Amino acid sequence: MPPLTKKERMQISRQPMPEQEPLARSRNFLEVNLGFTEELARMEANRCLQCPKPVCVEGCPVGVKIRDFIQLVSEGDFLGAAAKIKEDNALPAVCGRVCPQEEQCEAKCVVGVKHDPVAIGRLERFVSDYEREKVGIRTPHVKPKTGKKVAVVGSGPAGLSCAGDLIQLGHDVTVFEALHEIGGVLIYGIPEFRLPKNIVKAEVDALKNLGVEFQTNAVIGFTDTVDELFENGYHAVFIAVGAGLPYFMSIPGENFNGVYSANEFLTRVNLMKAYKFPEYDTPVFDCKNKNVAVFGGGNTAMDAVRTAKRLGAKNAYIMYRRSEKEMPARLEEVHHAKQEGIEFVFLTNPLEFLGDEDGWLRGVKLQKMELGEPDASGRRRPVPIPNSEYIIDLDMAVVAIGNGSNPIIQKTTPDLSYNKRGNIIVNEENMKTSKKGVFAGGDIVSGGATVILAMGAGRTAAKAIDNYLTNTEAW
Amino acid sequence: MNKIISAEFLAADIKRFVIEAPKIAAKRRAGQFVIVRIDEKGERIPLTIADSNKEQGTITIIVQGIGKTTKEINNHVAGDFFLDVVGPLGKPSHIENFGTAISIGGGVGTAIAFPTAVALKEAGNHTIVINGARNKDLVILEEELKNVADELYITTDDGSYGYHGFVTQKLQELIDSGRKIDFVLAIGPIPMMRAVANTTKPYGIKTVVSLNPVMVDGTGMCGGCRATVDNKTVFVCVDGPEFDAHLVDFDLLTKRNRTYNQSEKAALDNHLCKLDKAFVEAVTTES
Ligand SMILES: Cc1cc2nc3c(=O)[nH]c(=O)nc-3n(C[C@H](O)[C@H](O)[C@H](O)COP(=O)(O)OP(=O)(O)OC[C@H]3O[C@@H](n4cnc5c(N)ncnc54)[C@H](O)[C@@H]3O)c2cc1C
Ligand code: SF4
Ligand code: FES
Repeated sequence: MPPLTKKERMQISRQPMPEQEPLARSRNFLEVNLGFTEELARMEANRCLQCPKPVCVEGCPVGVKIRDFIQLVSEGDFLGAAAKIKEDNALPAVCGRVCPQEEQCEAKCVVGVKHDPVAIGRLERFVSDYEREKVGIRTPHVKPKTGKKVAVVGSGPAGLSCAGDLIQLGHDVTVFEALHEIGGVLIYGIPEFRLPKNIVKAEVDALKNLGVEFQTNAVIGFTDTVDELFENGYHAVFIAVGAGLPYFMSIPGENFNGVYSANEFLTRVNLMKAYKFPEYDTPVFDCKNKNVAVFGGGNTAMDAVRTAKRLGAKNAYIMYRRSEKEMPARLEEVHHAKQEGIEFVFLTNPLEFLGDEDGWLRGVKLQKMELGEPDASGRRRPVPIPNSEYIIDLDMAVVAIGNGSNPIIQKTTPDLSYNKRGNIIVNEENMKTSKKGVFAGGDIVSGGATVILAMGAGRTAAKAIDNYLTNTEAW
Repeated sequence: MNKIISAEFLAADIKRFVIEAPKIAAKRRAGQFVIVRIDEKGERIPLTIADSNKEQGTITIIVQGIGKTTKEINNHVAGDFFLDVVGPLGKPSHIENFGTAISIGGGVGTAIAFPTAVALKEAGNHTIVINGARNKDLVILEEELKNVADELYITTDDGSYGYHGFVTQKLQELIDSGRKIDFVLAIGPIPMMRAVANTTKPYGIKTVVSLNPVMVDGTGMCGGCRATVDNKTVFVCVDGPEFDAHLVDFDLLTKRNRTYNQSEKAALDNHLCKLDKAFVEAVTTES
């Protein structure tokens, strides 16, 4: 078959993602997206124009060789494509599922100027799933041992990707994780229906096979301090403890029973498997036939509201103080949420939670907003509309307005530099902190961001740590 | 995995475990706690570290079997393992030589107050311990406390042992005797801690309580453990667990601790029901 012409390629429409039917999936925790078949993947790959200057790559925070891997997909060399992605992205099966592609690679794709952009994320997901399911995650070549030891603190995407690179470079790596499971937000935050936990486990197992050691139940700062890690023989430390301090709104009634942070609600359901209560021992608010509102407009808010729906909520609302356009959540999540019957209430802000004598949430007083002048983030600032307050009945509320920095490292490692929000200050080139031998990256540096940025930071740090340990670069 | 070195009941439903946890043993200070998860399906349960032995690398916890999980914990015996033990968590107690210090423990709170009583004594305080229980059978750690306290008062609600009355009555007597009391620590059921706070407040005696909200991670990540102290929201697991008793909103704490009563009950019934079934099966296969 002769290669397709540009015109022919442009005529193929973007292949839809096969997914669970909305009504069925809004009652289960199985993954919503079912994934491309080989045929769909090759068809979608044929939409790529193989641009001489692939602008999509500019949109990728870690510079995945998008054009080249898509070429391999169109040729049917799926394993080759998986390897190509792995050159730049340590967690493609995860990123293919959770990256905001519409703001990154796909936003840049030239096909998107006139048509829908190439479904880069879906292809990334397809090839990495293909590899994992067909041959297992292939372990790369590991360099001879250097005799150096690195402690990685936190096992989210930043920590995992840093550990993966360092072990390949011949260093011994131990990952210390405060919780009893490895994976950070990928395990405790993002729900099963969006990112199945066996995918994260497979990535972690691959790292174990390479020789990375994992110590769970290790809260650095308490179990060992950063200084003690050095005393215990580690030559460098990478701090990747994530954001991990839930913000509340500081409005009256926030401590009524039934008001949760998104972190607590999602941790109970995902990490502790409360959706299988009482088979699993950890309970969570019984959402059945209840009115649930989630405050916020990011991925966390979408995850929380869709979780509540799956737990049986009668009405599950997203309440967001700006308009739909400003919502930071991935488009796909918003789309899926709507299909599942989530009700979106925009330009609305809570003023007060209302409860009964026994301390249970019963309602919320809301205020309507309108968009005013742009604020520091460039988005139009929501301003209250006078006399627009109203009250609705509510049994459960989830506050999903973001996370600050967890203070444990700061309190126990005062000789690191922090900004006033508690983020660790680093040199972005190499993730070096103000303390010798200590590097940091991911949400603890950037504030709540994305999986891909955390992963990129982990890899940048790994390179710099390697330079530092092999003395090619002084501190 | 943490091995259980020894396990024995101190009273009905109150069991003492010595478990292997060398790192925690080396680090922990009075007032801190661990979170324990017994198996893959288990909850994360916060438990105060009652004692530790650095040389042997062990810590001691004392557990009252109330809910499904604590009852299951108490089914463990020496040689068994707990799947996860993480710590030491929380801020250590603030210990100094206050002068005369009273450590009050109610029920299993006696165990929790024990390490702080030891620390108060070591800091040079004249240390008075009041140990309250519902009845004689529930009095725990009497011998251990005798070795620590300059004065030890055991109270029982029903008068079956020691002083007949509540810990607060004994406390009031001590205050009324005109002695100078510089510091009070109270750990136990919420009504008891609240009563102690009310007793000492008129006299302006510095009083500290250790709060026991529902927790998940224990590292400040979820906010499930929040309480109101001095009209401000705190996360007990990282900001506490000890707080100024006169500033704590006990009402809120009581209500929040009821969040999962319904589910707990269901879980416990389910659990007991399974046990019954197992028992019936065992009996029927035997016969
Ligand atoms: C619900 C939710 C949904 C999200 N959805 C998306 C999405 O769709 N797409 C996307 O790109 N991003 C998403 N994000 C953001 C993304 O998950 C984070 O930006 C990313 O996980 C940050 O990675 P990290 O490695 O810096 O930290 P984390 O993933 O937060 O991992 C940090 C780890 O460190 C551990 N830790 C903390 N303190 C200590 C300590 N003292 N000692 C030892 N260990 C410690 C924590 O327990 C945790 O496991 C989402 C976030 C949430 C909460
Ligand atoms: S910009 Fe779009 S069409 Fe061009 S190489 Fe990238 S994915 Fe292919
Ligand atoms: S238990 Fe989660 S913040 Fe305290």
